Amino acid sequence: MNIHEYQSKDLLRAYGVAVPTGYKAFSVEEAVEKARSLSTDVRVVKAQIHAGGRGNAGGVKIAKNEDEVRTYAEEILGKTLVTHQTGPEGQEVQRLLIEEGCDIDKEYYIGLVLDRSTSRIVLMGSEEGGTEIEQVAEETPEKIFREYIDPAIGLQGYQARRLAFNMNIPNDSLGQAVKFMNGLYTVFMEKDCSVAEINPLVSTKDGDVLALDAKLNFDDNALYRQKDIQELRDLDEEDPKEIEASKYDLSYIALDGNIGCMVNGAGLAMSTMDIIKHNGGEPANFLDVGGGADAEKVTAAFKIILEDEHVQGIYVNIFGGIMKCDVIAEGVVTATKEVGLTMPLVVRLEGTNVDEGKKILKESGLNITAADTMADGAEKIVDLVK
Amino acid sequence: MSILIDKDTKVIVQGITGATGLFHTQQTLQYGTQIVAGVTPKKGGTEIEGVPVFNTVSGAVNATGATGSVIYVPPGLAADAIFEAVDAELDVVICITEGIPVIDMLKVKRYMEGKKTRLIGPNCPGVITPEECKIGIMPGYIHRKGHVGVVSRSGTLTYEAVDQLTSAGIGQSTAVGIGGDPVNGTDFIDALQLFNEDDDTKAVVMIGEIGGTAEEEAAEWVKANMDKPVVGFVGGATAPPGKRMGHAGAIISGGKGTAEEKKKTMEASGISVAETPAIIGETLIESLKKNNLYEACLTHEPKA
Repeated sequence: MNIHEYQSKDLLRAYGVAVPTGYKAFSVEEAVEKARSLSTDVRVVKAQIHAGGRGNAGGVKIAKNEDEVRTYAEEILGKTLVTHQTGPEGQEVQRLLIEEGCDIDKEYYIGLVLDRSTSRIVLMGSEEGGTEIEQVAEETPEKIFREYIDPAIGLQGYQARRLAFNMNIPNDSLGQAVKFMNGLYTVFMEKDCSVAEINPLVSTKDGDVLALDAKLNFDDNALYRQKDIQELRDLDEEDPKEIEASKYDLSYIALDGNIGCMVNGAGLAMSTMDIIKHNGGEPANFLDVGGGADAEKVTAAFKIILEDEHVQGIYVNIFGGIMKCDVIAEGVVTATKEVGLTMPLVVRLEGTNVDEGKKILKESGLNITAADTMADGAEKIVDLVK
Repeated sequence: MSILIDKDTKVIVQGITGATGLFHTQQTLQYGTQIVAGVTPKKGGTEIEGVPVFNTVSGAVNATGATGSVIYVPPGLAADAIFEAVDAELDVVICITEGIPVIDMLKVKRYMEGKKTRLIGPNCPGVITPEECKIGIMPGYIHRKGHVGVVSRSGTLTYEAVDQLTSAGIGQSTAVGIGGDPVNGTDFIDALQLFNEDDDTKAVVMIGEIGGTAEEEAAEWVKANMDKPVVGFVGGATAPPGKRMGHAGAIISGGKGTAEEKKKTMEASGISVAETPAIIGETLIESLKKNNLYEACLTHEPKA
């Protein structure tokens, strides 16, 4: 799960991680009012959307006085920002962060993320802050330093110091940098983050070290024990169909094609998309109905697929393990009747209780095309939607 | 021969009284697996499906001499269940549970360093040595005893591959689902190494998916160490970057972990990669024929 920058900064502040003073604002008036309560003349007006690349899209402005705060707030609120992460349709700005400006001396990068190869959290740092870290990693990998953290003892002082020295953080700021890293690591572990990225981390002319931007992502599997994080969810930032799917514990991702897919298991669902494409078709979605699907879930899945107006046919590919084919078949029949399905439907069933499942489909009297194998089904659905 | 489990493996079911645990206990008992005990706190002393239930794993091990366990407990309790199984010094622990927080798994993995127990999963279908021992949720009937090892990050895609092999007359030595999470107990390299050392395994099918670099690392290992032919597949060629495809581990991030990159590395390491998931079986048979192993791996009449 993603949260906004201002939410990330509030959380960091609560853990003693240095961030500029700033407040969220939902209207222009609120923005001006919040700006007045800040102690600097220069304030930053920042669009709050989940996607990165806001600066280049005109979503971050430096205001030299109160009038400029008003002008920029008017300009940014309600604007649709198109960045490399939003897709061409962009994302409308509904929230702002009004923040104190600071006198930047130098920009760094700090990030915490899981390193899968070692099964450790890795703390990464670089003195090449402010730019795309992927670009730094590609062009000058020697400028990124890493400290692997043993979960049994946590981030150690020597590791934080070593990273700070490698990043060429000045000696005068060393203490603050170490405190910053410790706080960030504590947030990461206590709040079940999946990514904690500070880009840029800045040192100021006064010798302070603070997070100019902050991006925290959270492990969806751990949200059950992070109630305060759940409350930060902003549904305006998510695809309505994906929200609907998550209510039924379905994993759904919208794509650009016209063949709706309903599959059990993530690997098989991805492969079903692959084979549709291989046969010259275009999948409209990724949809994993998961392990314990019942008629209600299958119906919900059908409805979500059909809400996408580009869909011209549906391919159901089920290999039952936990999931029993007869249950799926009943679900398909119920759903087909309930939604009054008129477009082509191809169903491939295999696995636990497969014979009962096939029988239910056959005896339903519905216009369902049965497929023997995954490839057979893909060919049939691609043919039918042509 | 086989890897990890065989007809002598005695298994404990952790979470035997839950709906999932119970259903799959019935299924595995029917398959012939030696389920010797179940564990559910506060249900000790009772019996379910003829299997005695204990309060603790150590209690169950002491009473039955079990060597393996399978875990069906909910995600929030799963790390504790694994710790308990490792502490009871079982040889193999198979965790089916999906949705365990990553930070819990980091701690599990750290705790297991230097311990004798091998963990399979979590978020996996389990392990099956056909006609001997099935531990997990896979449909048993699609498997046949034979000489091809299968290792996979994905559950239902493993069934798909196994079904293709069985239909083509090719039995399996053992099929291992290592799970779709970013932190897991056994990785491709561990499983490939075990298959390489198993006399009865003549070739291996390895099924990966987008995200991470486990396939690339395994390919390097295969190139340097593997004596047997390996055939592969990578799911998710059409997945868009930045979108998590169901599995916690299946996401293309920072341009890394694409199917294309994985296929390239695997092929460069001598692994034949199937172009589509529908021809995993065909690709294996081609490879077997090329290596003069087809006759040796043909265990039964292919489906017409």
